[in-house]
Amino acid sequence: MSAARRCSPPRALAGLFIWHLKKTGIRQVPCHFVHLCRVANDRLITFQYFNFLKRMYVTQYNKDLSQRAKPKSDSVASLFRESQQLDQEKKVIHKIIPISPVHQPLSKTSNRNELREMKLAAEIGGSATPLRAESKEERQWKEMKLRLDDLPGILARLSKIKLTALVVCTASAGFAMAPVPFDLTCFLLASLGTGLASCAANSINQFFEVPFDSNMNRTKNRPLVRGQISPLLAVCFAASCGVPGIALLALGVNPLTGALGAFNIFLYTCCYTPMKRMSIANTWVGAVVGAIPPVMGWTAATGSLDAGALLLGGILYSWQFPHFNALSWGLREDYSRGGYCMMSVTHPGLCRRVALRHCVALIGLSTVAPVLDITTWTFPIISLPINLYISYLGFRFYRDADRSSSRKLFFCSLWHLPMLLLVMFSCKKSLLEKEEKGDLHGGNHGRAMEIRLP
Amino acid sequence: GKSPALGGRLRGSAVGKEGKGRVGRSEQRRACAAERLGGARGGGPAFRPPAHSRHDWIGPPDRLSNLRPVIFHVPQDESALERRLREARQDTQAWNQQFWAQQNASFQQEKEEFIYSRLKAKGLAVRDETGQKATLNAEEMADFYKDFLSKNFRKHMRYNRDWYKRNFTITFLMGQVALVRALRWLRWKKKNVGN
Repeated sequence: MSAARRCSPPRALAGLFIWHLKKTGIRQVPCHFVHLCRVANDRLITFQYFNFLKRMYVTQYNKDLSQRAKPKSDSVASLFRESQQLDQEKKVIHKIIPISPVHQPLSKTSNRNELREMKLAAEIGGSATPLRAESKEERQWKEMKLRLDDLPGILARLSKIKLTALVVCTASAGFAMAPVPFDLTCFLLASLGTGLASCAANSINQFFEVPFDSNMNRTKNRPLVRGQISPLLAVCFAASCGVPGIALLALGVNPLTGALGAFNIFLYTCCYTPMKRMSIANTWVGAVVGAIPPVMGWTAATGSLDAGALLLGGILYSWQFPHFNALSWGLREDYSRGGYCMMSVTHPGLCRRVALRHCVALIGLSTVAPVLDITTWTFPIISLPINLYISYLGFRFYRDADRSSSRKLFFCSLWHLPMLLLVMFSCKKSLLEKEEKGDLHGGNHGRAMEIRLP
Repeated sequence: GKSPALGGRLRGSAVGKEGKGRVGRSEQRRACAAERLGGARGGGPAFRPPAHSRHDWIGPPDRLSNLRPVIFHVPQDESALERRLREARQDTQAWNQQFWAQQNASFQQEKEEFIYSRLKAKGLAVRDETGQKATLNAEEMADFYKDFLSKNFRKHMRYNRDWYKRNFTITFLMGQVALVRALRWLRWKKKNVGN
């Protein structure tokens, strides 16, 4: 691969690492180190990786997170922040230089330029000679030409493929919990349709939010922000995912599921996305958006909106609040500057109360499950520990209202949901039990008939 | 020796580096780089795309607005529709740049003022012994964020509405241009196949 000659793949990779790190937090550090070592062995190491290491160094070091914890890469920085960033840059660069001769760069010219840049940056302390700055800036300009081999990665980021995968998982959970015999084709069609619908919705969301995403650290490396894809192509991609997705659901599964899918896309793109900048009620609308996929899974299996579907939707709805409120707690500055109306910014007390309220509601909803004959009574008992734990973290968040408690609650919500769904599935009331119960009431005649027949 | 144009473009220390009277390969490369970054010192667009390129070029995020500037390619045979599209995009880019640069600058400034006034009210110095700026904790900053958001609410609403309108217009124009180009290509193909 001629990637070594181009700077963009390593930079794109580094950008992805940084985005990933910022998104998933410090816990993911070990995985990234492994990946980094693997890439280093491929001899694609460049200055961008050292930059990445510097960021991780900063993030890990400043456990006590105040306003200046994470140096923002390209945003407006006060003079103070810039000088601090450069101090750390100098420190790390002095560490790095002894290592660099060991790694033989594949593309000598580009790496020589970069090593020269590093040394100069160390010497001059940030104000590189005009020529170095010029060539560096010049290389940051990219031609807006779509390369076909970049397209899959770009589309994956455009459709927020990881979030889509989680959405498909919750829809599958809804399908699995439905009290009907398992139909593989229906399951696959429903999952595919839901995935396509989710891709479409996410792409339209990114299409609407380009200038806002540019200004927030979490989202500034999205494809439309970086100009890797044109808005027209993003819309066409969304249409080419959404239309087949909904058609698949409506025609291949059942019309109810298709209608729910279409409604969910509408809710997310036309209600939630604009509302983010208008009123804090957007969080509740967003929670409904998250609750619909398991309902879709259920209706795909059974064809009707039962109480069970609504319960599953209710569990997902309640889960959204501790998850999102905890996440948004650390992004208050970005939200405020970008003009987003979030509870964490305008009504911080309400934000924490609602998160706690819904953690406790999860316990209640888990108890309702056996009442509705979806699971056995072991489910509320087994799920009680994890529900109590997330409620405890929700209470800590409510009381302490600081960054560490919000992060703990957020990370807990990430494993709490899959575990809850898994426990729910394992405690699912089997069809056999239900049939036996049914026989007791009305099947005796049948059995008696059987005996009488010769 | 060096041509006067070359000497004129290579400003500052760039010339001194290579010594006088020697136009080596590296100097030519640097000359091209300096030419491309022509207006840098003068404050104009800092980058000029290579002449053979037929695409737009997108740059690093702007320091003030965090938006990435785009240099639009003007083709020789630009149609009226294509010109309308390009002008719409240029106009939106300038408008966005102006809004966000002003927004971020005022946010930063108001934030500093808020921190300063709060620290003063608490009787603390702005910089502590080590020379680092003192900061407020997240709870205290929350008051500022809430205030900033409510103060600028109407401005944000107006910006929202305008941004959605512009975004749709540009994308629709892009669609029209793409359609016209596709039809033109099909007609050309048919003509060539016919021949």
